[in-house]
Amino acid sequence: MIRKLPRLEPDTAFFWTSGADGRLRIQRCADCGTWQHPPLPRCAECHGEAVGPEPVSGKGRIASYTVNHEAWLPGLAVPYILAMVELAEQAQLYVFTTLVATEAEARTGLPVRVSFERHEDIWLPLFRPETP
Amino acid sequence: MTSLPEKLVCVTGAAQSEVARPSPRSALQLTADACLAAIAEAGLDVSEIDGIATYPGKSSEGGGIAPVSPSEAAAMLGLNPRWILASSEGFSHMAPIFNAVTAIACGLARHVVVFRTVAQASARRQARASTLMVGGGDRVDGNNAWTVPFGALSPVNTFALYAQAYCDRYRATAEQLGALAVSSRAHAARNPAAIYRDPITLDDYLAARTISSPLRLYDCDVHVDGATALVLSHRDASRDLRRPPIHLEAMGMAVGGLWTGQHEGDFTSLPGAARAGEMLWSRTDLTPGQIDCAQIYDGFSIFVWLWLEALRLVEPGEACRFTEGGHRIGLTGELPLNTGGDPLSAGRLHGYGHIHEACIQLWGLGGDRQVAGARTAIVSNGGYGYGAMLLRRE
Ligand SMILES: [Zn+2]
Repeated sequence: MIRKLPRLEPDTAFFWTSGADGRLRIQRCADCGTWQHPPLPRCAECHGEAVGPEPVSGKGRIASYTVNHEAWLPGLAVPYILAMVELAEQAQLYVFTTLVATEAEARTGLPVRVSFERHEDIWLPLFRPETP
Repeated sequence: MTSLPEKLVCVTGAAQSEVARPSPRSALQLTADACLAAIAEAGLDVSEIDGIATYPGKSSEGGGIAPVSPSEAAAMLGLNPRWILASSEGFSHMAPIFNAVTAIACGLARHVVVFRTVAQASARRQARASTLMVGGGDRVDGNNAWTVPFGALSPVNTFALYAQAYCDRYRATAEQLGALAVSSRAHAARNPAAIYRDPITLDDYLAARTISSPLRLYDCDVHVDGATALVLSHRDASRDLRRPPIHLEAMGMAVGGLWTGQHEGDFTSLPGAARAGEMLWSRTDLTPGQIDCAQIYDGFSIFVWLWLEALRLVEPGEACRFTEGGHRIGLTGELPLNTGGDPLSAGRLHGYGHIHEACIQLWGLGGDRQVAGARTAIVSNGGYGYGAMLLRRE
């Protein structure tokens, strides 16, 4: 699959490089404990500036998904599954991702776990079905 | 409620350029075609226009989504506007309309022309990728960085998530979703300006390829070249014009989570659209049961269900059953919906086709697709920012 990689920028680089040690990190507010993604310079809940990356369990559930069948660019291998993962840490804390699973496995509510795919200096957080 | 700014404003003209895929005419020519036609439709002289506004203005990004600035259009029309606006952000593509309302109500302008021009068919012919969200450069940044690296190259991927979550939660079927495309095409067949006018059946819908499940080919809008223009006038300057004034009974607006990449809700509704709907109904004595036709944004078919529920035209989870079979949303149904067929069939004019169609219906100019006795119309717009208007003929 053709990957267009994200540019590493000061506020968001931690997310894209987090997988270097195998752990997913999400921004959290030290004052009120709220997680937020994508990261912001302040906590949108309490407006504090004590926000920073913190490791998460890497577990979540599929809030919704779609199987993309359209080869938008020449050479793009289809189909593939895109999904919105609701992380276990907080209700409606979503990470958009590629779901590495068969079409038959994909369903809303599916328990999933992060798995990283390295491309150059980026560790893309993909998700796979959680194996019991 | 008479102090609300929209009560001081009427739509006095509405028109479209040719809508084609692609058009041989430039974006600026199409803009002039639509603006001049709308001004003529209002029975005004171009010299009487003292304000001009558009969404989003001109962008170098390409893709034909933002090809004309209001300054260019003003210069071409020979206007000397007192008020001008390019609204690249805001409450959906309707933002320049809402801003024009406040400008007129405040006395900054008396007759404002609002246009929306797209040249996406031409751009796409040059390079298919130009209408994708990949951007230039080796890497992607901004909001797209959160989706493109995972393979979401088109907005359809994001909104397919809503369709899947909605269908799973409410057990909605492909046949129910397909009824929207079939109904839209049936209306387009009666609209001489529509792009695709051959009727389709539910079988055609189901047999068409899947783009991003559960959305199929006919769930997606059609890239076109075209321009729409409206003339908004102060109520006091709306009498004795060519068409009966269409009152802007109420407006509702909100920005939503997707705009910033932060998602809200559980993907089975549009919370921002519901806020816009709440605002709209708080500004009128009319109720959802008094609407004669609905022109609901359908950049992707799923938006129709989400907007119908957000505007309280149906109960949450009921839109899929309401639109099933298409009977209740047909031209003689309970709530005639998207009566011009746009944009699943008539072309993606970014919601302005819907506003134009609402005016056509309220003026009784719908020809074969006219809803008998239409006096009120609701129009909605947007999937990131949200705008809605209630239009009423005297
Ligand atoms: Zn906080």
